[in-house]
Amino acid sequence: MSGLEIFNVFILIFLVVAAVISLRVKDLLTASMIFGIYSFLMCLLWAEMGAVDVAFTEAAVGAGVSTVFLVATVFNVKRRSSD
Amino acid sequence: MRKLALVVAVLTGALLLYAATDFPMWGDPESPASASPISKHFIAKTGVDTEVPNMVTAVLADYRGFDTMFETIVIFIAGMAIIAILKRTGADADKPATKRENEVAAAPDLIVTNTVRLLVPVIQLFALYVLAHGHVSPGGGFQGGVIMGASFILVALAWDLPTAMDRLSVDRAVMLASVGILLYAGIGLFSMLLGGEFLDYAELSHVLPVSREMARYHAMLGVEIGVAFTVTAVMFAIYANLSTQGRLEGGL
Repeated sequence: MSGLEIFNVFILIFLVVAAVISLRVKDLLTASMIFGIYSFLMCLLWAEMGAVDVAFTEAAVGAGVSTVFLVATVFNVKRRSSD
Repeated sequence: MRKLALVVAVLTGALLLYAATDFPMWGDPESPASASPISKHFIAKTGVDTEVPNMVTAVLADYRGFDTMFETIVIFIAGMAIIAILKRTGADADKPATKRENEVAAAPDLIVTNTVRLLVPVIQLFALYVLAHGHVSPGGGFQGGVIMGASFILVALAWDLPTAMDRLSVDRAVMLASVGILLYAGIGLFSMLLGGEFLDYAELSHVLPVSREMARYHAMLGVEIGVAFTVTAVMFAIYANLSTQGRLEGGL
C-alpha cells in the first residue's frame, strides 16, 4: 500500500477508536474533548482528499466552536454521566 | 433492551459498509460526480461567467446562491431558538442560578490575558482575510464568520463574559445577524428591481461601472459578507446564552 493509503487507514482506525471511547467514558468533559478530536480527524481526512474548503469549515466549526459549546454545556450540568 | 440497540447499530453499520463497497474509486473520472454534464458545465463556465477562480465559492454563492441564502437563514433561526429557550427575562430573572460543581471564582490569569491580547487582533485580521480572499483560496463567508465569532468567544474565555459583551452585546449581535440576512436578500431583490431574476447578480452591472462578469464577482463578495455577519453574531450569541444559562452574567 502506498503511504497515502496507510495514512488514510490510520486515521480511519483512530476515528473508530475515538467514537467508541466517546461513548464508553463516564466523564462528560472527556467525551466533549473526544468529539473535538473526532472532528479534527475528519478535517485531516478531507484535507488529504483534496476538499480543502470542507476541511477548513470543519476545523473552524467542529474543532473550534462546537467543542466550546459542548464544554460550556457540560460545565452547567453534572459532569458525571449517569449511565 | 440495550443488547437490542447494540444489535441494531451493528446491523446498520454492516449494511452501510456493504453499500460503501459500491462507491466509485476516489478520483475516478467516470464516476457520476465527475462525468455528469452539470459538473462539466461548472468547471468550464465558472471562469468565463464570473471570473472567480475558486469554483467552490462560485457554485455556493452564485450558481446555488438560493441554497446558501436559506442556509444562512437556518443559522439565524438556530441562534434565535437558543436565545428564545435560554434567555431569562421578566419573572424568571430573579431566581438564583443552579450551583455548578467545581465552581471557582478565579481572577483573569495574567499569562492568558496577555497572550489573548496579542492574539485576538491577529485572529480577527485573519478572519477578514479568509472572508475577502474566499474567491481565490479556500474560505469564504462562512469560515471567516466562524473564526471571527470564535475570536469573541476567546475574549470571553480569557477575561469574563461581561468584558466580551462590552464589545458585542447580545442585542447588537441579533441586529448584526439580521443585517447579514438583509444584505443577502437585499442584493437579490436589488437585482430583481434592475430587471433580472432574484439573485441574478449580472444585472448589477447597470448600476456599478463594471462588466457583467465582474458584477457577479463583486456581488458574490457582498453576499459572503452578509453570511459572515450572520454567522459571527449567531456564534457569539449562542455562546453567551449557553455558558450562563441565559443570565448573561458570570461566565465560564
